[in-house]
This record gives sequence, C-alpha cells and structure tokens, in this order.
Amino acid sequence: MAGGVAVRLGAHAGAATRFESNIATRDRSWVKYTLLAVGLTYFLLFLILPLIAVFVEAFRKGWETYLASLTEPDALSAIKLTLIAAGISVPLNLSFGLAAAWAITKFDFPGKNLLITFIDLPFSVSPVVAGLIYVLLFGAHGWFGSWLQANDIRIIFAVPGIVLATVFVTFPFVARELIPLMQAQGRDEEEAAVSLGARGWQMFRRVTLPNIKWALLYGVILCNARAMGEFGAVSVVSGHIRGETNTMPLHVEILYNEYQFAAAFAVASLLALLALVTLIVKTYIEWRASLTTSEESSS
Amino acid sequence: MSIEVKNISKSFGSFKALDNVNLNLPSGELIALLGPSGCGKTTLLRIIAGLEFADEGSIILSGEDASEKHVRDRHVGFVFQHYALFRHLSVFENVAFGLRVKPKPQRPPEKEIRERVHRLLNLVQLDWVADRRPSQLSGGQRQRIALARALAVEPQVLLLDEPFGALDAKVRKELRRWLRRLHDELHISSVFVTHDQEEALEVADSIVLMNKGRIEQIGSPHQIYNEPATSFAYSFIGNVNEFRGRVEGGYVRIGNDLLPHGRSDLSEGSSVIAYARPHDTEIVKGETGEGVSAKVNRILASGAVTRVELIANGDAREGKKDYFEVEVTPDDLAALSLSTGESVRIRSRRLSLFGDN
Repeated sequence: MAGGVAVRLGAHAGAATRFESNIATRDRSWVKYTLLAVGLTYFLLFLILPLIAVFVEAFRKGWETYLASLTEPDALSAIKLTLIAAGISVPLNLSFGLAAAWAITKFDFPGKNLLITFIDLPFSVSPVVAGLIYVLLFGAHGWFGSWLQANDIRIIFAVPGIVLATVFVTFPFVARELIPLMQAQGRDEEEAAVSLGARGWQMFRRVTLPNIKWALLYGVILCNARAMGEFGAVSVVSGHIRGETNTMPLHVEILYNEYQFAAAFAVASLLALLALVTLIVKTYIEWRASLTTSEESSS
Repeated sequence: MSIEVKNISKSFGSFKALDNVNLNLPSGELIALLGPSGCGKTTLLRIIAGLEFADEGSIILSGEDASEKHVRDRHVGFVFQHYALFRHLSVFENVAFGLRVKPKPQRPPEKEIRERVHRLLNLVQLDWVADRRPSQLSGGQRQRIALARALAVEPQVLLLDEPFGALDAKVRKELRRWLRRLHDELHISSVFVTHDQEEALEVADSIVLMNKGRIEQIGSPHQIYNEPATSFAYSFIGNVNEFRGRVEGGYVRIGNDLLPHGRSDLSEGSSVIAYARPHDTEIVKGETGEGVSAKVNRILASGAVTRVELIANGDAREGKKDYFEVEVTPDDLAALSLSTGESVRIRSRRLSLFGDN
C-alpha cells in the first residue's frame, strides 16, 4: 500500500512538530537526545557501516581488480542469470498479482479467504523449504523426476529451477500491495465506467490502472529487489555450477568461500547498488502517491 | 423510454431482496423508489440498469426485453450514491468519458466532444470547474458532475441511487429543486431511489413505495400521503399515531379505552391497527368518556401549529410507553388550556384501520 505508507509517514511527521511545540507533551531534553543517540548509533552500526564496508572492500585492491572481477566470464554469467530470473519472475508475478487482486476485490467466490491466506505462503515459509519443494517435485528422485529424465528435460540444477524458485519466493509482492488498495477503492468507478459504455479493456486501462499505478509500481520494485537478491531457495535448486547456474548472490558466496574477498565484495556492491536504487525509486513513488492522496483528501 | 419490470425476484443467499416485483413506469416521468433501508429499492434500480441480474423475471425497456442485455448496451445513465467520479481525471474528462470510450465509428470528433461536454457543464452550472479534479469539488458539485457525466451519452433513462443521500440538509434541498427543474427541461425518464419520504413527496411525479422486497403502493405524492393503501404505507409516510386493539361494536378497544371508528365492515373481536395523522387527532379534556387516555408530556409551541406530545398511561401496554403527537392551532390550544402532566383523552376525526396479523 504505497498510498497508505506515505499517508502514515506524513501524519506522523505532522504530529511530531505539534508534540514538540506543546509544553504538555514535550520530553525533557536528555530523554530526547538519549533516544536520538541510541537510535542513530544503532542505525549507523547495523545499516550504514556494513553498506560502506561493502564498497570499501570492493575497491580495496583498486579499480582494475573491481572491474576485472565484474567482467570475468563467471561473474557476467551470474549477472545474466540473475537478470533472466528477475526478468521472467517479475512479469509473471505482476500478471498474477493483478489477476489475483482483481479476482479478490471485484468478485465473490467460494474459497476467497483461503486464496488470500495462501498468497502469503511464500512469506511464511522458509526459502530453503521453497527450494526443497521443487527438488522433491522435479529432482532426480522426485515425483516427476523419472518422467523428466525420460524426456530429457532439466529443471533442477538448471535455469528453469532457478526461475521457478524465484517466482515462488516473489509471488506475493504485487498482490499484497494491490489487494488492500483495491478493496478500499471498491467497485464503483468500474461500474460507472461500464455503465458509460466502456468495454472491459477500456475500463481497465482508463479507470483501474490509473488508480492503482503507484501501488503496482511499488509492488514491482519490491518484487524485483527480492528476485535479484534471493539466496536460500535458489541455492537449493541451483547446484552451484559455475558459469551456468550461479546467480549473483550465489556467486558472491562462492567467491567468498574461495577467499577472493575483493571479487566477492565487488559483486556484492552491485547488489547493494541495486538496493539503493530500489530505495530511491521507492521513496519517489511514495512521494508521488502521497501527492495524489493529499490531493484527494484536500477537499 | 418506458420501463417495465416483470415478476422480478432476487435473493442474496437466504435473504430475499426482491420478491416478485411488478412495475410499469411510463415514459418521461420522474419516479421515486421509496422505502426503508434494506427494502430492495437499490437492488431494483441496479437490476433495471443491468449492474445486477435478477434470479427470475424480466426487464423490458421501450417494449423490448433487455433482461439479458449488458449494462453498456441498455442506454441507461446511472448516478451512483457516492458519485463514483474518476478520481484521476479532470471534471471535463469525467464528463467526456462516455464519449471517448465509444467504438471508433460512433465516436464524435474531438471538437464535438468539447462542445458537448461544455454544454453539459453549463447545464449543471459548473463549466467553471472543468479543469479541476473531483477531489477539489464539494459534495453537491460532485453530484452535479456525476449527473452531467451520465447525461453525456444521451441515455434514454436516468437512474439515480440515493442522489442526495450524502449531502447536508441545505444543499440537499437546493439540489432537489434543481433536479426537478432539470427534469422539466429534459423530460428524460428518470428513476431515483430514496429513503427520505420528504424528498420523494417533493420531487417525484409518482412514488413507488417498497417494503421488504415488495411494492406496497404506487401513486402520486398526493395519493401516497393522503390515501395510504396499506398499514406500512401509513406508518412510513408522515407522522402518524398508531393504536393497536380489538374491534368491539363501533369502537376499537385498547386496554380500558374505547376509540370510535365509524366503520361497519369489521368483524367483531378482530385485531386491528388504527392510524391517525397528528392533524386529524384531537385532545379532549377530562378523564372519562371516548378516546384513549394519555398524559400531556410536552407542549412544543414553535411554528404555526403547536405540537403536543402525549404518553399513554394504560396498563394494557405491558409497561411499554406509547407516544402520541397531536397538532393543534394556537386558538384551540388556548381554549384547551393544557398543562404538562395533565390527563386527557385523544380521539381521531379520521381513523384508518388495517387488520393486524
């Protein structure tokens, strides 16, 4: 809920100034500064310092090593595989998320609450278990293993398995963003559009999509960040074949285990960079969404 | 466009929202669907529009069976209770929506769309807000834009769901008058849903009174108010005093009290409910004689008539208090010289009786 998040933050910021300027609720200054010191130290120690460390370590042996460790064939193949996995799972989960949110908010059907609960399953299950599920289904000794082998189809320890595991883990992001928003917005505007003669697609493109676009984008970037960063589930199904089934996080681990710290951190810095970009985009979207909501509530 | 509703039934789970409803609405009139909440009036309106489908029965628009037609092919304009304006579009684009989504061959050119939208915005007297977002408008303005948007596709019938429900009293009254005037200008068949009897009585050409998924009475506002056909119609429309008792000769016995009814077609001993309007009810001094005994509770002497509120004090009501209201002219009030707490009797000049099952 991009809109909801932004509104909540905005409301708190407003409340804080009022809280502070009011003698009745103003804290003693030592309380204020102690809390600030504790909070900020924690923030520095556990969030900022590691982030800086990643970049410092990455560049410890200089630019050349940094670039070299990003452009060596195994690293390139890992980056490529990560992009493929994200490139497939994000559009898939985007379509699924839209369809599920649409079904849940616009129709009544038996098992609706069950579906809402099950959408969250990938969040509540450990990623390792998610990976194991696919091994049990498609692995050599799994349910479909012999059939797959007979037809010479490789899923586990191959790219399809990595994509499947990524899809599973990133399954809920888009749907989870859309469902509460679409529930709050109701069906009125869609009904109005249809009564004015809009066809299904016109209604979706001209009414539904503009109303949910920020939440949708928000869901997509979170989904993308997770798809690129996923380790556990992918690690189980990948088989760690260098240059073939290693994604960026897996590649980082291998390099690290081989004591190639600079190279490991160089690849890690790419992931960290992705996280930063994600945060910036996310903040921008929240800001845009808050503009639309404050416009709506200004009357 | 005439609207014919034939044997329409609709259930939501075990709840029967509409129970075999039949209705014939002539062309060009402004009609109110009136009833308490949950009586099925909105469901009926949505079924006519095609936003909801009936379990049984058919909807006939202009003599043609439209029961299976999609809402977009029925040529109805629907105004939603909470307006349902497109929040991301300007007022202008909201009104233009219906024209822009038309299939290409029927879509008017941009210039004509502009002209038509501005004409409609002028009609609802809101051309000056064309560039604003719906969120920047007041409730009354939003309602008028919703109406302009519905009219843009030149519907043959206009359906309005509680059009003034979410507005404050003053704006409501203004908009009511405005809707009536608009209807007199356009002569488009219109049906609006309301739970507000005053609204229905003031605006509509005829009223369809509904209760519990059935139609209680159809008639002009005058008929509905002055000749209620059923017990429900009596109790729902206007203020009314209600007496429950048994027929005993020319009287209705209510506990120890006797109320004369002047009818001859009632069977002795049957349970009845008797209704009397406050202005048809009179107060008689003294504790004995005909009429229902009651105590004066409050005397509200504001306005042209004085309203006297009374509480019945009979034991027959099992501890329950019955409140009555009587309207008296200042002259009569002076002649009666009532005081609060005084025991009096009330009678009716015009009593309407219905069998009580």
